[in-house]
Amino acid sequence: MSASAPAIDTAPASEADVVMRAEGISKVYPGTTALHEVTLDVHRACVNVLIGENGAGKSTLMKILAGVEHPTAGRVLLDGEQVRLASRHDAAELGIGIIYQELYLCPNLSVVDNIFLAREVAPRGMIDRKLQRAHARELLERLEQPIDPDTPVSMLRVGQQQIVEIARALAEDVRILIMDEPTSALSVAETEVLFRIIRDLKARGVTIIYISHKLEELLRIGDRITVLRDGRVVAHSDARDVDVSWIIEQMVGREASALFTRTDHPIGDVRLRVQDMTLRRLGGGFLLDHVSFNLHAGEILGMYGLMGAGRTELLECLAGARGDATGEVWLDGVRLDNSGVADRIGDGIVLVPEDRKNDGLVPTLSVAHNMLLASLMKYLKRFFLVPNRERRAVERYIGDLSIRVSDPGQPITSLSGGNQQKVVVAKGLMTVPKVLLLDEPTRGIDVGAKSEIFQIMSHLAEEGYGIIFVSSELKEVMAMSDRVLVLSKGTVTAQLERTELTEQALVAASAAGDQQGTRTSTQDRADVVLAGAVR
Amino acid sequence: MTARAQALPRRGVTRTEVAQILLRGTALIALAVMLVVFGALSPTFLQLTNLEILAKQTAINAILAIGMTFVILTGGIDLSVGSIVGLTAMIAGLLINEGLQIGPLGVIVYPHTWMVMLIALGAGALVGAINGLIITRFNVAPFIATLGMLYVARGAAGLLNNGNTFPNLVGRPELGNTGFPELGSGQLLGVSYAIWIMVAFAGVAWFVTTRTPFGRAVYAVGGNERSAELSGIRVDRTKLIVYMISGFCAATVGLIIASQLVAAHPATGEFFELNAIAAVVLGGTSLSGGRGTIVGTIIGAFVIGVLTVGLNQLGVSSFWQMIVKGAVIVLALILDQLQVRVQRRLALQQQARTEELPDPAA
Repeated sequence: MSASAPAIDTAPASEADVVMRAEGISKVYPGTTALHEVTLDVHRACVNVLIGENGAGKSTLMKILAGVEHPTAGRVLLDGEQVRLASRHDAAELGIGIIYQELYLCPNLSVVDNIFLAREVAPRGMIDRKLQRAHARELLERLEQPIDPDTPVSMLRVGQQQIVEIARALAEDVRILIMDEPTSALSVAETEVLFRIIRDLKARGVTIIYISHKLEELLRIGDRITVLRDGRVVAHSDARDVDVSWIIEQMVGREASALFTRTDHPIGDVRLRVQDMTLRRLGGGFLLDHVSFNLHAGEILGMYGLMGAGRTELLECLAGARGDATGEVWLDGVRLDNSGVADRIGDGIVLVPEDRKNDGLVPTLSVAHNMLLASLMKYLKRFFLVPNRERRAVERYIGDLSIRVSDPGQPITSLSGGNQQKVVVAKGLMTVPKVLLLDEPTRGIDVGAKSEIFQIMSHLAEEGYGIIFVSSELKEVMAMSDRVLVLSKGTVTAQLERTELTEQALVAASAAGDQQGTRTSTQDRADVVLAGAVR
Repeated sequence: MTARAQALPRRGVTRTEVAQILLRGTALIALAVMLVVFGALSPTFLQLTNLEILAKQTAINAILAIGMTFVILTGGIDLSVGSIVGLTAMIAGLLINEGLQIGPLGVIVYPHTWMVMLIALGAGALVGAINGLIITRFNVAPFIATLGMLYVARGAAGLLNNGNTFPNLVGRPELGNTGFPELGSGQLLGVSYAIWIMVAFAGVAWFVTTRTPFGRAVYAVGGNERSAELSGIRVDRTKLIVYMISGFCAATVGLIIASQLVAAHPATGEFFELNAIAAVVLGGTSLSGGRGTIVGTIIGAFVIGVLTVGLNQLGVSSFWQMIVKGAVIVLALILDQLQVRVQRRLALQQQARTEELPDPAA
């Protein structure tokens, strides 16, 4: 399992087969290097699969091929000739279509209007609505979706919106169609229809570039597989020659155990007691249904669950960010009233939110000012902030968390994702909390930074902090937690001690109480997990 | 010596960094250029008396712009300041000339001049508080909420005396409410009170924005409201206070103008909000919030002031003045956008450099 050696397949596919070639593509964003000299061959009339962990750079690469983003370096060749993809329009002219991961539909417009947006059928400057509507209906029938073309998109289910997105791509006369996680919102039946369409397109000579996280699905539909990791191509192979465990190995790229540093530490008394935490969903039902649990001093409590299980909501309730939540929170034997975030921080509970960009950082402020934001009252002398105290605190935490920064006054956006995450963690720690709530603290950061975040967590637990650690990565949860709480559909479905932790138990509990609609994703996850276990 | 300097690795200052410094100082450079040009064209322009007049005129706009800066830093806007100027001027006029009628018995109380001013200032802050409450409690966009207040406050100003002016606000000695005109005409150390007030407001505002938790909260709310909230900042309270500050500044201006004219007219302060916004924006504050400084705003106010006074003295027609003013504002914003782009490039360079540091994984 020497994963660091890239296993790039050099078997020469005949040149004529390559319809599109991305050569030496690099893309630097403020904060991250998304792509690092990536070279990708796209084979004609094949399903070219691209796979990698979150933040590996797949979506960025696709946006470059579709003309939406521009590479910092490198070039794109189409049929052996260099092409200019300055805009989405340029790419469309060349016959490159894209279905985005995020839905880019205009919710206020109708289905037809969305399908023909920016390429309306308007022979003499007037839109031919009748023709458009007929054409749209035809497309939707081909997708086996009885959607009325005049429905506003905002009225459709997410899955149906995805279908409209696909119809929009089909309405173009595409030679190359990029699909960025097209099935993430589709039901099983809808996915089957999509696969039929893909095979049909292939037969007609259309080239597909396909991105998905569902490994089983990839092996079913894919012809060629390329694995991206940390913005580099690490493997390239024929789909017939590989299996799920090979893919996982290439994606993760190193032995999991090297990543985690966990020290054994004594676990103290109950620090946080949560009783009947409840959050109602708009329009009936529960986001959180009477959740109760304890957290001890010096304990890392893992929290596992699928998307929508209520993990983020639970942490937000504890942090005081949900005014509509009911339930009791006891900290060190004292009941806290249902107050806002500021009061909870004062009490000693602080949240490091999942979405760093939207919830964690203020992009217009410097590194130092971001770090200080939650603990300003600590640097006051009468009414004024004392620059010296601020500077000392900032320098101390930059040192403690080894945040790589040349000057604390530099803009936060100039740091890499991992360092930005450490700044958010520092901001939380500077409030001197008793309980730290970490929501997906390792999302979208590179492997080295992940390992540092884990070190920080272990260190904090040793010092007696109570830590709640939410993660979607099974390995992380299993390696770091003293105890794991599994959530499903807003209820606690299992509490597992460290000794009882198995992947099967976690996955089973996370799927408990699950309904029809999401069975596929659970199934896929179980497949991935089992494949990993086999390895 | 130059040879040795060249031998050093050229790492210190890149061309982008120089561009950045130049672009950041656009407003200041523009101000300096204008002073030199007007000074050369009009021999009286740089005389002390003239500069005092200029500062006095600018003070009005600068005080409004200081309040406006707080609002815009949070990502909001306050269109009602001009109307608050008019309303508070009329309130002061009413209190001095006709007093405060209490109860049905027709008891009339004439407050002391100090009280008149405090009541007017309080009224300004109250109107600002209403703006803030509408924006935070009812989730109305600041543009709309304050646009509504622009009409309401102006209408209220007219109602106070049926659209008429309160003339001759000198008060009567027997009522103990004289001395109001002193605010507009009085001087300290040979400099008008209005200018002192501007200096004091600017000083306090600078301190508040740079050295207090509230100031930091203002910047954070404008930069990313959600992050600010999750960091424990009381977002609604912060917003409420900035509109109150803006209303308070507007009331100050209302008092100064009424005192200078020794009269209160209901149309006082029409379109002042636009001049204030222009000054803030010229000073480099971003309308989307989170970026900007009080010092920049003061410079911006003086750019507008110098332009107006200078063109006036050169005898340029008022129509041309408007064209020049508009062009300067837009030009400044184009330069500002350039600066943002340069800054982004700078951040990328800085990042590239940080990543060049030895990476243990490599």
